[in-house]
Amino acid sequence: MARNHWVIRLTHWVDVVAVGIMAASGMQIFNAHPRFARPGESFPLNPWEGHAIPSWLTLGRWLAGARHWHFAAMWLLVANGMVYVTFLALHGEWRTVTPRRGDLRAAWEMIKFYLFVRRDHPLQGKHNALQKSAYFAMPVLGILLVLSGLAIWKPVTLGFITALFVNYKWARFVHFTCMVLLLLLIVVHVFMVFSVDPFALRAITTGGYDPTRSPEARNARPFYHLLRRGSIPRGTHDASGASVSAAQAHLPNESRGSEVQR
Amino acid sequence: MIDRRRFLAASAGSLAGALLAACNSDPKAAHPLLAFAEKKNETVERAIFRHRSMDRVAADAKLSGTAFPQYYVADELPIWDPGVRGVWRLEVSGAIRKPLSLTLDDLQKFPRRSQVVDHFCVEGWNARAKWTGVRLSDLANAAELTPDAGYVDFRSFDDNYHESWDIESAMHPQTLVAYAMDGHYLGAGHGAPARVHSPVKLGYKNTKYLTSIVFMPRKNGGYWSDQGYEWYGGT
Repeated sequence: MARNHWVIRLTHWVDVVAVGIMAASGMQIFNAHPRFARPGESFPLNPWEGHAIPSWLTLGRWLAGARHWHFAAMWLLVANGMVYVTFLALHGEWRTVTPRRGDLRAAWEMIKFYLFVRRDHPLQGKHNALQKSAYFAMPVLGILLVLSGLAIWKPVTLGFITALFVNYKWARFVHFTCMVLLLLLIVVHVFMVFSVDPFALRAITTGGYDPTRSPEARNARPFYHLLRRGSIPRGTHDASGASVSAAQAHLPNESRGSEVQR
Repeated sequence: MIDRRRFLAASAGSLAGALLAACNSDPKAAHPLLAFAEKKNETVERAIFRHRSMDRVAADAKLSGTAFPQYYVADELPIWDPGVRGVWRLEVSGAIRKPLSLTLDDLQKFPRRSQVVDHFCVEGWNARAKWTGVRLSDLANAAELTPDAGYVDFRSFDDNYHESWDIESAMHPQTLVAYAMDGHYLGAGHGAPARVHSPVKLGYKNTKYLTSIVFMPRKNGGYWSDQGYEWYGGT
């Protein structure tokens, strides 16, 4: 069975295109007035008031061109996002990306693992607790982006949405800030895919996945697969995963060469 | 033979390449699609437009005052010189039964409306001022529109600046032919002697230095619309 349903695989890659176009054209639009202050006012919350975004990150060449891209791709983004969220809701998949009680602790354990404070990869379901929080935050940011986007697209006709963000100026600030947060999450996500679980690329494209090569099974930290020559060990901890706790959890370093703990 | 893995790798590579190539550019191949989207967007925007949706600015909101940006397209600040051009008149013509030719005094005989509203610039800023003038709908009623008046063109003496609107936006109660701003007659930088001002359209649709209002059965483009900005430009 595929690790990711084809709906998830499809919406993921459509989203890459849609978010790419929206972010790049949005930054070109922002550059027409790269500040949040109204004329004659100041905006202390933005330390980079007046600084434009580098043009190599932008799409559309000028304000009018970028607006056409933005207002065309927004339909792709919204339609794709709705298919994804609806699928998650109907298919029960929402459970794999929704943080639960206890995930705060589990996220902390993941951080300890990545920082070599903890030796063994914490047990997880499909995704670890850090992934879950990131994958949950992405659609939440998406919804905020769409709402704040509507608020600045139609501040009069949809003035009741603009009012949710206080006014036009603040809606624009929320729209921009959510975009920055989303891009940061995406950068971390892509980094972790390539450095921790490159097999996820196949899982999100064709759906194929070998569970014995999961980060959990490989005890994988960033770039771990590059550090070890030879075959990738399978299943570094036994079924009695609960024993991974106290005794081993606080070892500061791994001793090289004895990574397979059997 | 190309296997699935190679095909996917190649696809990913071309996609990444296309995205990189798109950086700081405006791929022409997409333009027909973008034009199609603009047309569909206009349909959606006109469908959700309501005369009852108003721009509401808090009573204690700070006005932009002298920081309100001034802007025109001519090489020099457009100033109506009566010695050269004669008395300024606003001509109302086109798809109407009673053409009007109004001096500034005539214009002020219409019911006077004052409103504190936003000015939404396409660039992303908004400014606030108190505008005083005549509702475009009052002028339209006086001119008696014919049923084919689906659009209206606002023309100026700022070079060839003009912008045409859909009639629904023009008849919105917050769409004014304004002759005063913040309690004073318009200054030369703000479109004197009269201009269109409405929060329901982006700034570039609000023609300044107004000379004529022409109701028409078809759109007539506009200064910025013809250069690539959306024709509708509604908020």
